[in-house]
Amino acid sequence: MIAALISLTVLGTSLGLILGLAARFFKVEGNPLVEELEALLPGTQCGQCGYPGCTGAAQALAAGSAPLTLCPPGGRVVVTALAARLGVEADLSGVEDAGPRIAEVREELCIGCTRCYKVCPTDAVLGAAKHIHAVFSEACTACGSCVDVCPTEAILLRPAAPTLQSWGWGKPGLQPLAIAQGMAA
Amino acid sequence: MKLFKMRGGVHPEARKADSSERPIRILPLPPLLHVPLQQHIGAPAKPVVRVGEKVLAGQLLGVGQGHVTAPVHAPTSGYVVAIGDHPAPHPSGLSAATVTIAPDGEGRWFEYEVPADPFVLAPDDISARAGAAGIVGLGGAAFPSSVKLDASRQSGVDTLVINGGECEPYLTCDDRIMRERAAGIVTGIRLIQHAVGAGHAIVGIEDNKPEALAAMRAAAVATGVQIRAVPAMYPMGWEKQMIHALLGREVPAEGRSADIGVLVHNVATAWAVQQAICLARPLVSRIVTVSGGAVIAPCNLEVPIGTPVQALFDACGGFRTTPARLVLGGPMMGQQIVRTSVPVVKGTSGVLALTQAEIGRAAPAPCIRCSTCVRACPVGLLPLEIAARVRSDDLAGAVALGLKDCIGCGSCSYVCPSGIPLVHFFNYAKGDLAAQARSKAKQETTRKLAAERSARMERIVREREEAAAARKAAKAAKEAAARAAATTEAAA
Amino acid sequence: MTTIAHSPHARAANSVSRIMATVMLALVPVTLFGFWLNGWPAVYLWTVSLAAALAGEAAALKFQRRAVKPALLDGSGVLTAWLLALSLPPWAPWWIAVVGALFAVVIAKQVFGGLGQNVFNPAMAARVMLLISFPLEMTTWVPPMSQPGLLDSLAVTFGGMQVDAVSSASLLGHVKTEFSRGLGLEQALAGHYAPLDALWGRRSGSLGETSALLILAGGVFLLARRIITWHAPVAMLAGVTLPALLMNLVAPEHYADPVYHLLSGGVMLAAFFIVTDPVTSPNTAAGQLLFGLGCGLLTYVIRTWGAYPEGVAFAVMLMNAATPLIDRYIKPRIYGRTRQGEPLMTRHAKKDAA
Repeated sequence: MIAALISLTVLGTSLGLILGLAARFFKVEGNPLVEELEALLPGTQCGQCGYPGCTGAAQALAAGSAPLTLCPPGGRVVVTALAARLGVEADLSGVEDAGPRIAEVREELCIGCTRCYKVCPTDAVLGAAKHIHAVFSEACTACGSCVDVCPTEAILLRPAAPTLQSWGWGKPGLQPLAIAQGMAA
Repeated sequence: MKLFKMRGGVHPEARKADSSERPIRILPLPPLLHVPLQQHIGAPAKPVVRVGEKVLAGQLLGVGQGHVTAPVHAPTSGYVVAIGDHPAPHPSGLSAATVTIAPDGEGRWFEYEVPADPFVLAPDDISARAGAAGIVGLGGAAFPSSVKLDASRQSGVDTLVINGGECEPYLTCDDRIMRERAAGIVTGIRLIQHAVGAGHAIVGIEDNKPEALAAMRAAAVATGVQIRAVPAMYPMGWEKQMIHALLGREVPAEGRSADIGVLVHNVATAWAVQQAICLARPLVSRIVTVSGGAVIAPCNLEVPIGTPVQALFDACGGFRTTPARLVLGGPMMGQQIVRTSVPVVKGTSGVLALTQAEIGRAAPAPCIRCSTCVRACPVGLLPLEIAARVRSDDLAGAVALGLKDCIGCGSCSYVCPSGIPLVHFFNYAKGDLAAQARSKAKQETTRKLAAERSARMERIVREREEAAAARKAAKAAKEAAARAAATTEAAA
Repeated sequence: MTTIAHSPHARAANSVSRIMATVMLALVPVTLFGFWLNGWPAVYLWTVSLAAALAGEAAALKFQRRAVKPALLDGSGVLTAWLLALSLPPWAPWWIAVVGALFAVVIAKQVFGGLGQNVFNPAMAARVMLLISFPLEMTTWVPPMSQPGLLDSLAVTFGGMQVDAVSSASLLGHVKTEFSRGLGLEQALAGHYAPLDALWGRRSGSLGETSALLILAGGVFLLARRIITWHAPVAMLAGVTLPALLMNLVAPEHYADPVYHLLSGGVMLAAFFIVTDPVTSPNTAAGQLLFGLGCGLLTYVIRTWGAYPEGVAFAVMLMNAATPLIDRYIKPRIYGRTRQGEPLMTRHAKKDAA
């Protein structure tokens, strides 16, 4: 009786001690997965996913409570990257990938109020107070923050116009290859 | 001499006799010339002329920017009437920056200094002159020649291979230029040899061009330039195929021919080099084959760069029937165009107007895994397997099977009994991968921008807080001082 | 909107239906010979087999809501049924052909996804199924040149007439039976085996498997038309010949010579028309060599040591199953790369390494 009690006590104590030590020495600072996922996201904190910034989105992704397709500006590239990291099959059917889009300022409506300039997460809006703004297309992620704040609805998200460099063949047999209108020789 | 056996390849109907027996004609000047600022691989040229300015033939219109680039020159004397967008010779039908020139009909040349003896020029001077003359690969790839010459001279090449394969059906522009201008080509070859210090120069010509072989052999006597016949098959004109056939050497994947000590240039490029060095004439025209079943009188024309394609068809008597398809280049790798207003550029080797019978039927059937494409592929890929991956959007799988090694020669699509557009699948996948790479690069840029911005915002907030704290402190100090003064006063 | 066509803007003059038609053309001589040798029942059996395959394929396509006409016109279903008919005993009852043809096109082909998707050769799958399910009907042979009249023939094929009275064993079956009775090879073969007749085809056997010479002629025709390559056929014949030669040298009294094996059963037909099936054979020349060799070896092994007198169909199906594996491991070397897929060394890298 005594022997059993002692041995169980010793066993319990030592195991508890090991567990306690392990918790101390192998402690993980934050969730590394969250950080890795955040690195895959655009990092513009635009909030279009509905989470507070890319960190919030990464936490939700790590917890499995958000779909891989949550990031509209990221497009297909981000979905496939996330899927590869999380080791799941990417369901691309939900991603509307109309190709890259960029914001465009309609000059006749712009009053130069600089609100878009202030909210743009990537400093893609050029211009100053009382001047018509323009968008630097290389920096625009089409996050839409500027669209929301524009008082005159002067900003639109438009598909980026294809150039000779960005044009590519469509997938055979799926969509006919549309080309510019007015093709008369 | 030994020729090395090639893998794969196909034997499409040559259809060269339509145009090969007529001498090269000089096309009369069209009313307008549309000279695109980018006719080469690399960065576009920057215009250096203004609208309304008078230019002479050979005068600089645009200077190259960056490392891999080429300038463009006025094809004839006249006035610059526009600088802006014009439909590009590209399947997208998109426009590109173009200088439009109205010829004045005088054809006066801009005077450049002509070297007394081009063979005493320093090697780097030759490649600089070729670069300044706007020479690009005239076989179709349009890679700036001076970049290739410089790289080859620096890494050291022992053999110069001159590509007279012309394996594309219909095309005979290289055939004709070899028959008619062999002496100039051989001089050009020797100049290139001099520019890169290559000990050997070998011209590979397909054995279906006996006249060209004879003319080149006669011109090459006692010059050390070897002329060799290679079997006629497609894609013999692929430079790696030509190197293998002549030398038995294999260019490593992801590498260039200079890695194995070989430089390859096209025969028409050699001719252009001779013109540029010996006569100081920039590249402002080229030989173009006009052919196809819908053309009344197929022939070869010497065409000023920028001439609308329509003018070429007109010069050949127009159309016999309404063409089913217009193609720039050869039928195997050429690109369809929908309007004949697009200009001839430096890389345009042919313009074809094909009938439906020539194009052949295209009713896609399921793949029966007959592996005819595997036997046809000159690279040793499994086209059927790669296409199956691409079809199911497994681009990573396609890359693992060697998608990036595909040269897009179209042999697989040509032979497929099921009419599967294999090479279209591959080019779609390559385009998609490139788009993904671009969007990834952009994401890196914007991430950096976003980080910079949030750092700046934090800094502004911090500075504001610090300023506020400083003000508060100053105010407090002031009040304290005032209070102290008041106390002193009261005490006093 | 205009659609822009991708290059190439030219096509070789070939198509799936043309390939199938050429193969059928190559089968005509041996089929006509089979008709002549076995009389009207063979004609009926062949016709029933083709009709059943067409009907079955049409029904299967309709059920999948896929276009019926283009799939039927490509000729693959007809060819499958044709090959199956050639591998059946010529006097087999009509329902053997119906069940076999339906199994071939519906179960072995359409269930897998139709043309190009099947793992197993449909004709061989059907033959194996029939052999296992209906061993009696599948091993009842008639002596050559027993030609009943038109109406009697109808009774043979459709009336369930007992053909026991005229039945005779195929050579492979006979030898196996004699072995089981403890007789030696020489006794077993005595009076049953004449290599010259086997070459010509005047003997008992399946509808289209008796005349080695005519099958060879069809095969040579296909080779000349570049429909098939030499790799798989030669490898299969070698796969049968080599072990037969070896075993015959070791113990001639127990193991038949290579000529006996080559000219018996379905080896010749399989070598030129079955193992060359593009869908179920490997993609590469090396893979096809391995595939053919495997088919030949397994055929010999099953014939010699297995329970069944003939092993071609089993051997082909086993190698069909191995085809994806062969394709996974045997690939052509990509230009500029080593077999492992690494870029070749450049001149400079080689110098540095040295």
